[in-house]
Amino acid sequence: MIDIQISDKPLNIQACIDWAMHPECGGIDVFIGTVRDKTKGKQVIKLEFESYEAMAIKEMRKIADDVLQKWPVKKILIHHRTGILSIGEVPVVIAVSAAHRAAAFEACRYTIDTLKQTVPIWKKEIFEDGEIWVAAHP
Amino acid sequence: MDVKQTSMKIKVLAFGIVKEIFSNSSVELDVADGINVEELKTLLELRYPKLKQLVSYLVAVNNEYAEALQIVDVRDEVAIIPPVSGG
Repeated sequence: MIDIQISDKPLNIQACIDWAMHPECGGIDVFIGTVRDKTKGKQVIKLEFESYEAMAIKEMRKIADDVLQKWPVKKILIHHRTGILSIGEVPVVIAVSAAHRAAAFEACRYTIDTLKQTVPIWKKEIFEDGEIWVAAHP
Repeated sequence: MDVKQTSMKIKVLAFGIVKEIFSNSSVELDVADGINVEELKTLLELRYPKLKQLVSYLVAVNNEYAEALQIVDVRDEVAIIPPVSGG
């Protein structure tokens, strides 16, 4: 089963984990992305996330479909937040359940790594003295 | 005999840094019928040279990453995808 969402509301981590529970699964691997207070030593005030929503949902679904093909995973959830987030807030939650932990760990890692490469979501770092779209320029 | 249409107007959506380069969340372009993705990029770079300063950027057609030689139709949803940075 797959649950993909993009939302401008705070993500409910417990609800994500509850959704991933499955009686045939011995483990749930969860990745929680959080907003860090520094980038390359520079103080970050907040982050802004923007998505190309229709395409982002489609790309996240491709990742989830791949996961279900590659590993014996029962459930995979990917929730991503958009809008302005403060330090310690949660832009992304991934939860993967499988009968045994190896598959859950590998699939969860694959999901976040691939999301960062393919899903059209952009992050702007906002500093005291300016702002920058992450990864845009060399 | 029908007159063959030689140009069309397409709307190009912008996200992230590209919204700043376009100073808008979308732009309209007059392009030749049968234009492909690579030609569209060349046109855009002429009008917005700052696109060339990006690490890279891709074009999406109808919510899918498009190949260089893919033809763009007037009915397609076209978007510029600068380097992604979600997660």
